Amino acid sequence: MKIDATGGNDVAAADVTPLVQLVAPDGSRVVDDAGAGLRERVARLTTADLRAMYRDMVLTRRFDDEATALQRQGELALYAQSRGQEAAQVGSAHALAPQDYVFPSYREHGVLHVRGVDPVDRLRLYRGEDHGGWDPNEHNVHLYTLVIGSHALHATGYAMGIQRDGLVGTGDAGRDAAVVTYFGDGATSQGDVNEALVFAAVNNAPVVFFCQNNQWAISEPTTKQSRVPIYKRGEGFGVPSVRVDGNDVLACYAVAAEALERAHSGGGPTFVEAYTYRMGAHTTSDDPSRYRDRAEEEHWRRRDPVERLEALLRAEDGWDETWAADLQAEADAYGERLRDGVRALGAPPAETMFDHVYGTEHAQVAAEQKWFREYEAATAGEEVAR
Amino acid sequence: MSSTQTLTFARAITEGLRASLESDDKVMLMGEDIGRLGGVFRVTDGLQKDFGEARVVDTPLAESGILGTAIGLALRGYRPVCEIQFDGFVFPAYDQITTQLAKMRYRSRGRVEVPVVIRIPYGGGIGAVEHHSESPEALFAHTAGLRVVSPATPQDAYDMMRAAIASPDPVLFFEPKGRYWSKADVALGGPVPDGVLDSARVARTGDDVTLVAYGPTVATALKAADALAAEGTSAEVVDLRAISPIDVTAVAESVCRTGRCVVVHEAPSFLGVGAEIAARVSDECFYALEAPVQRVAGFHAPYPVAKLEHEYLPSVDRVLDAVDRALAY
Ligand SMILES: Cc1ncc(C[n+]2csc(CCOP(=O)(O)OP(=O)(O)O)c2C)c(N)n1
Ligand SMILES: [Mg+2]
Repeated sequence: MKIDATGGNDVAAADVTPLVQLVAPDGSRVVDDAGAGLRERVARLTTADLRAMYRDMVLTRRFDDEATALQRQGELALYAQSRGQEAAQVGSAHALAPQDYVFPSYREHGVLHVRGVDPVDRLRLYRGEDHGGWDPNEHNVHLYTLVIGSHALHATGYAMGIQRDGLVGTGDAGRDAAVVTYFGDGATSQGDVNEALVFAAVNNAPVVFFCQNNQWAISEPTTKQSRVPIYKRGEGFGVPSVRVDGNDVLACYAVAAEALERAHSGGGPTFVEAYTYRMGAHTTSDDPSRYRDRAEEEHWRRRDPVERLEALLRAEDGWDETWAADLQAEADAYGERLRDGVRALGAPPAETMFDHVYGTEHAQVAAEQKWFREYEAATAGEEVAR
Repeated sequence: MSSTQTLTFARAITEGLRASLESDDKVMLMGEDIGRLGGVFRVTDGLQKDFGEARVVDTPLAESGILGTAIGLALRGYRPVCEIQFDGFVFPAYDQITTQLAKMRYRSRGRVEVPVVIRIPYGGGIGAVEHHSESPEALFAHTAGLRVVSPATPQDAYDMMRAAIASPDPVLFFEPKGRYWSKADVALGGPVPDGVLDSARVARTGDDVTLVAYGPTVATALKAADALAAEGTSAEVVDLRAISPIDVTAVAESVCRTGRCVVVHEAPSFLGVGAEIAARVSDECFYALEAPVQRVAGFHAPYPVAKLEHEYLPSVDRVLDAVDRALAY
């Protein structure tokens, strides 16, 4: 039997698939017919806006570096880096209105940063001291979801709720609301993600499916998930779909802004494929050298999204050495706060494992909690004896 | 050709898979990251290299798809062994497993069979994040048509894997992931021993109390038995191996002799395997019992955060506490 053994991802083929790009890897603006409407959106951005995006990307990367180091030091059980995906995350998050709601997977540290979720809280899950870590309604950011693809349906249902609340197409930019859900290339194979697209399409729900195609699902290249570019999947469901250069923060911002405008105004869902690259390991438990080669990593290192925005700022006189030095100092202080904050997190009292299983008294839980409390009290200090 | 080698639990499974791939060319492996990576626990390490991409398949990231297509392949005469990456990720496939896989033989009145094996690394104690430490075996044991087993030693892992693949029935093969790195001598090659999929094993003999365990808690029970021996109590440890069916005869034989029974599993006690054991023991050993059956198990709460998992999991101390209760009764 012959099996088509597609090995790694075909970098050359990927490069010829059309994608929205507004800033080339060298930092120069791209001017083509395709991007006219999107260019208009970014033309409105000031140098201060671009610097704000750059700052968010730099701090997101610092968060990654600090968290990775904390994992190595045993302070975290696990960590999943967003390295390489900062433009996709920060760009799209900058397009969100405060009333919009986000359903992330587990790698969207840049999105959470922009939404203002406390950095220490964001690491509680990875420390193994909380299954969530923040109040979803404080920043309109749902908890991380580790079961691949499940949350795409939650996002769609949430968007259906927004429709029912009459908060779509009001014409008031301060009221119209939408949902963005983030997931990976691998997730697009899950039934839940496909069902979410079905529900979003037939309900015309105000939801943006933001797929970060970082080209790997742990060790499996995207060719193991799809025979067509991922964005074409959305089209099949009748959802307007676009592939954007995920390492171009301006293109990601513009495409997300356009998709959100469609959702806000009652135009329904959009599927965005942000074509990017997972520069690091899948998680701190992973060893990518087992399945991908250095040349590919090097190819993408040269397309670093943070460097691209720096190049743009430099090319357009948006760079300033004092500002850049201040940002570095800010990042250092941020890193220090994060380290101290994480190290100060203890372990929750054991009995809290029985909290919030139900909203009202449940006899089974109550009985076991009582037993546990008595057992703990009776055995305190006894371990040593035995 | 047979030989004895010192292997980790994980490697013993690898060797069981390898032996089956070698002896039956209809055997194939399917799962996420099982090919080039060799699985996140490296259980399939090297097998794609040796048996090719048609027989060791990196599937799309979709558990329902893995199980559904495995059923189709089985209907076509193949023997798929599916890896679910972690316990908590079996649920997208739960529909295929319970509504299709479990019932296919029954509803075809035996005209078709679906000899699918589902490997599930399960259980806690490894400091993992949510959905990576669960013990959902009772959910499957509750479904008629599925065999459910869990080895506790590298030798059983090797033998039971070969037996599971050879079985004409679907088998849920629960691998205690916390034991993956434990080592023991394994006799490789030779015929698959009879009955490993439906008989218990006495892991240690004793007279005063029977500890019933399976998978990860067999090691806990054995440690407890050591501690009890030092205090002058002789504990017998019965390793169930099979959860569906349960070897009630072996359990009853032991408990009727010792008069006391403590069941230890990581899954919650409520409606769990221990509840079934307690009912069966009360049927079979009513007049011999010196104390009610005690259960040491997980709680009726979602698996907690890693920082608290050792308070949640059955510990040696909690087993000893339960034995004390049984002895004091
Ligand atoms: C239902 C389910 N199956 C398997 C896993 C194990 N797993 C965790 S991440 C991952 C790969 C995800 O790839 P992708 O969707 O591309 O997202 P990325 O990690 O690349 O951001 C897998 C298989 C899981 N978390 N959930
Ligand atoms: Mg991916």
